[in-house]
Amino acid sequence: MSPGPIVSNQAFYQLRSDVDVAAARRGVRDWAQELGLTVLDLTKVVTAASELARNTVVHGGGGVMCLQVVRVGARQGLRLMFTDNGPGIPEIDRAMEDGYTTGNGMGIGLPGAKRLVNEFELSSTPSDGTCVTIVRWKA
Amino acid sequence: MSAERIPILRMGSYLLVTIQVDMYDQLAMMLQDDLAHAIGQEESRGLLIDISALEIVDSFIGRMIANTAAICRVLDAETVIVGMQPAVAITLVELGLSLSGVHTALDVGRGMALLERAAARHT
Repeated sequence: MSPGPIVSNQAFYQLRSDVDVAAARRGVRDWAQELGLTVLDLTKVVTAASELARNTVVHGGGGVMCLQVVRVGARQGLRLMFTDNGPGIPEIDRAMEDGYTTGNGMGIGLPGAKRLVNEFELSSTPSDGTCVTIVRWKA
Repeated sequence: MSAERIPILRMGSYLLVTIQVDMYDQLAMMLQDDLAHAIGQEESRGLLIDISALEIVDSFIGRMIANTAAICRVLDAETVIVGMQPAVAITLVELGLSLSGVHTALDVGRGMALLERAAARHT
């Protein structure tokens, strides 16, 4: 079994409103810049964070984003965990399909965010909330 | 509640918007409403939105842009988006947004030329 990544730094962002989503986005941008991600990788991870942070607010009824700078050997990356205590996602497989939406969005948030990062993990329990973890490694 | 609003400039029969602030969702919705009213009231021929200062376009902003273009089309005006950063364009496509039906141009000059050609075809 390989050891998990080492967390070298972390910060938490409260997600309760659209203004919080914007603040979380800025946080991810600043940390990605600090880590030295390319402009393209930075743009991708900030966009993914924006989608997931909005989901946390709109579908999860608010929650938290935990941002971590992680390292495995010589490889460094940004890990983001979005946690809420909302109703959960009843049909995870369908939620990961392009175009599937329960609200009035376009249904590209989850599958779209997954395409923008290197690692994506979603766990959700009905009535117990949702946790989405993404990692973008430094190229 | 913040009273912050994105200014809409008038240039002849065209409207010009430069987004230079960090867009939170409420602000994007207000801009969409303001633009729809401005286009309708002032009988504009076209709308140019400069997003060169936007670091990302996510599905919410993308939808706002597509909706605004659709509203303008119904009100007989064309919309052109200018100044999208290459990294933003790549990310947008990978995210799954195509912005079909929205004109784009590299900069304000080319965007205005595009609007003028569209207006000339129309008359």
